[in-house]
Amino acid sequence: MEIIEKLKAAGLRGRGGAGFPAWQKWQMVKDARGEKKYVVCNVSEGEPAVAKDGYILEREPEIVVEGIALAMEAVGAGKGYLYLRKDYFDKYKDKLAGIVGGKEIEIAREPGGYLGGEETALLDSLEGKRCEPRIKPPFPPQAGLFGCPTLINNLETLYFAAKIDKGEYKNTRFYTISGDVPSAGVFERGENLTIKEVLEKTGNLPEFDFFVQAGGGASGTILMQDELDIPLSGAGSIVVYDKQKTDPRELGLQWINFFIRENCGKCVPCREGVYRLREIFSQEHLEPVDIARARDIVKLLAAASFCPFGKGAANSFGGLLEKLIKP
Amino acid sequence: MKITIDGREIDAKEGQTILEIAKENGIEIPALCYHPDLCVKANCRMCVVEIEGIAAPQAACATKIKEGMKVVTQSENLSALRKTNLELLLGQHRRDCAKCVWQGKCALLKYALELKADLNAYPLRNPEPEIVKFGPIILDKSKCINCRNCVDMCSRQTGSKRGDEAECKSDGFLEIDGRGYENGVKPSDDGKKDCIYCGQCIVHCPVGALDVESAVDEVDALLKDKKGKTLVVQFAPSIRASIGEMFGIPYGEVVTGQLAAALKKLGFDKVFDTNMSADLTTVEEAKELVQRIKESKPLPMFTSCCPAWIRYVEFYRPDLIPHITTVKSPQNMLGSLIKTRWAENNAVKPEDIVSVSIMPCTAKKYDAFKPEEKINGLAPADFVLTTRELGRLLQKNNINLKDMPEGTADDPFGVYTGAGTIFGATGGVSEAAARTAHWLITGKNLEQADLKNLRGIAGLKKAEIEIAGIKLKVAIANGMENVKIILDDLAKDPKAYDYVEIMACPGGCIGGGGQPLPVDDEIRQKRAQGLYSDDAAKQIRFAHESPAVIAVYDDLRNDEHKIHEILHTRYAQKGKSEIKK
Ligand code: SF4
Ligand code: SF4
Ligand code: SF4
Ligand code: SF4
Ligand code: FES
Repeated sequence: MEIIEKLKAAGLRGRGGAGFPAWQKWQMVKDARGEKKYVVCNVSEGEPAVAKDGYILEREPEIVVEGIALAMEAVGAGKGYLYLRKDYFDKYKDKLAGIVGGKEIEIAREPGGYLGGEETALLDSLEGKRCEPRIKPPFPPQAGLFGCPTLINNLETLYFAAKIDKGEYKNTRFYTISGDVPSAGVFERGENLTIKEVLEKTGNLPEFDFFVQAGGGASGTILMQDELDIPLSGAGSIVVYDKQKTDPRELGLQWINFFIRENCGKCVPCREGVYRLREIFSQEHLEPVDIARARDIVKLLAAASFCPFGKGAANSFGGLLEKLIKP
Repeated sequence: MKITIDGREIDAKEGQTILEIAKENGIEIPALCYHPDLCVKANCRMCVVEIEGIAAPQAACATKIKEGMKVVTQSENLSALRKTNLELLLGQHRRDCAKCVWQGKCALLKYALELKADLNAYPLRNPEPEIVKFGPIILDKSKCINCRNCVDMCSRQTGSKRGDEAECKSDGFLEIDGRGYENGVKPSDDGKKDCIYCGQCIVHCPVGALDVESAVDEVDALLKDKKGKTLVVQFAPSIRASIGEMFGIPYGEVVTGQLAAALKKLGFDKVFDTNMSADLTTVEEAKELVQRIKESKPLPMFTSCCPAWIRYVEFYRPDLIPHITTVKSPQNMLGSLIKTRWAENNAVKPEDIVSVSIMPCTAKKYDAFKPEEKINGLAPADFVLTTRELGRLLQKNNINLKDMPEGTADDPFGVYTGAGTIFGATGGVSEAAARTAHWLITGKNLEQADLKNLRGIAGLKKAEIEIAGIKLKVAIANGMENVKIILDDLAKDPKAYDYVEIMACPGGCIGGGGQPLPVDDEIRQKRAQGLYSDDAAKQIRFAHESPAVIAVYDDLRNDEHKIHEILHTRYAQKGKSEIKK
């Protein structure tokens, strides 16, 4: 069976966050016309509380490189990129260069800013431009790097593609667990487990009142204790919060610092909205008018921000405002 | 294809965006970062609309239509989103409406009223002006809403953008700087990039964050207390077809008579018409062209009447200097005549003349004060006001152009021909020069004065003109993005053109950086039409037949040395100018 068929049979979905079926993306790039094609392995892993790409990179970099080479061959790409977060770049570049050997895979360093994880922003930064999202369409599989069809996959996706090719895939995924838990860390467990099961199986299910943030330590979804019977979506992280000890306003502020630091500044909802959220959450006391404003901003972020980054802020703050901050 | 907008079925062309189609059909969608002259950036998010079958609202400016698409542009949900968005924008825009180029007529306030937005929902991020100045151009960051129109515009004027590219660029003198809420516009520190003072960023800024240094107050004060000086004013060709807009006069209506009367009412001692010196420029330029052809001197010859273009050459392309006609810009030519021949003939000391010029142009503020332009140590103009500034000056003095009777400009520089008036539109200089070159070469006038193939506001026009067996390859470019295409052509084939007319602003001076707001192709078209109808209505259509021009040559006794001293200039390589904070 050829690899795209295998991916389809295995039902592998992108592990970067969006969860798009991997085989479809590969097929699109394979079918796209273009003199040149590229494969990019996205290791910008910028969200707080997500560490699984680094974990894999530390332990099994060979399989990652195999995955990139496999994808390049499958879609007909002449060149691949391993796009690394700054600290990963500094730490692993030499080792990775050794593994890459003579393959046409360039090891690239993210210029900075989480937004480099957004696919089109990543492309612009690889092209040496300002790291900002592009207008879509065109989507990268049609016109990506230097206008050529480009497959962008998260590191974990390519890692498992290689595993699938070798027949070693056992329907697992990597979970980063942190927060108020006894054993924080990265765990490989079944991909269809519910969040509750993951916490149980890793010995992390608290006995106290808690809630979690799932799928990213800043943009992830807030889920209350009784909402955990669903599988994890997004970038595979679970942060557990002790409900008693957590001040929702301070939690919001913590996220905001990430969004303030990392947003590109291009669109109004995200640039100004996040700025005003900080202003609102910095007050000691949230008045109803502040909460109403924050709600309006969140609605706007969800509906109108230019790229998924702003929508991510809406996701976490939406939960915070609806579930944790009583109006 | 057919689409539905707000329940209305509409015929549309493939490739158009929802915003364009809506606009064509009179459906207004709020939009701030969209400008028909520019590329789509989709960053203001005001234009969100609902599309059936798509969960999240989409930006109308960035969404291409599809067969059968059903779009809703007005709903409670959309209004609420737009309102929040606008309130956020207002929080970063220091409103200074009384001094603003938009004079309160900006889209921001319009939408605020429509959406019943709270102007003060958020405290201002930058409550104090935050000024950056380069040449006469002023950027006030405390008003900027990061729409990047100016950055796009400047990449066309000074960056690598070519007129035939669709891609958004930002590699001109104005750059995008900083991330997050620190994101903004910044003049480049790069020593190889500089402003050419075209002012196009100003007329494309939706919120008046860019403007040009103003001389309104100084001129107003002088008009009220002349301090023994003689106040002389000249007004440029294109002004007559645009200033009316500031007084509710329809686009393109020519108001030369009212303008002359208004200037007199303001208190100017003499009112001269720059059209007269545009005629003179034409004759001098045609003479030089014919001479260059006959004496095999450097060709192509480029025009010089646009100072932003000259600034471009002197900074970016000094290698082209030998190709620029040495004829002064009409403003400086008339200014020089005023402070030399006119002063002498009227027994006024040149130092006692205050020469004011009304220009469509921000670069003319620079042009008037270049050291090379000095005549006997004096600047050809002491104050340069833009069309907008004159509008303000008139408003300040309660003079409504609409109510003015028809006046006339004064002798000896008041009479003009049809050739001079079309200087204000792209192609006009070429047409005027071709009419006179024909006469210089053949001794006869063209039977048909209209050279229609040189007209139209297209960014790039190419034509071949044959005069007595001499074939002249003419190129006409407006907007630096198109000029650069011509320069590329010449880099490949230096003989590609013999005569090149260049205007830095889209449409020529009718689209100048000092003109009233707003501006787009339709408005430029109407202003140009105004000038061409002024030309057609003139009895004399040939610059060389202008009695005022003939009188100048008589006065100079056709002495080439004198002519050169007063009517010609020189150019030199220029360095980067200071950026003041
Ligand atoms: S753009 Fe000008 S007129 Fe409009 S709100 Fe701002 S300062 Fe006032
Ligand atoms: S005046 Fe012209 S060259 Fe200068 S910044 Fe504005 S657009 Fe750029
Ligand atoms: S200065 Fe004006 S045109 Fe430029 S980005 Fe700011 S708001 Fe937009
Ligand atoms: S085209 Fe006209 S208005 Fe624009 S810079 Fe040149 S001379 Fe000035
Ligand atoms: S006009 Fe569409 S986003 Fe600004």
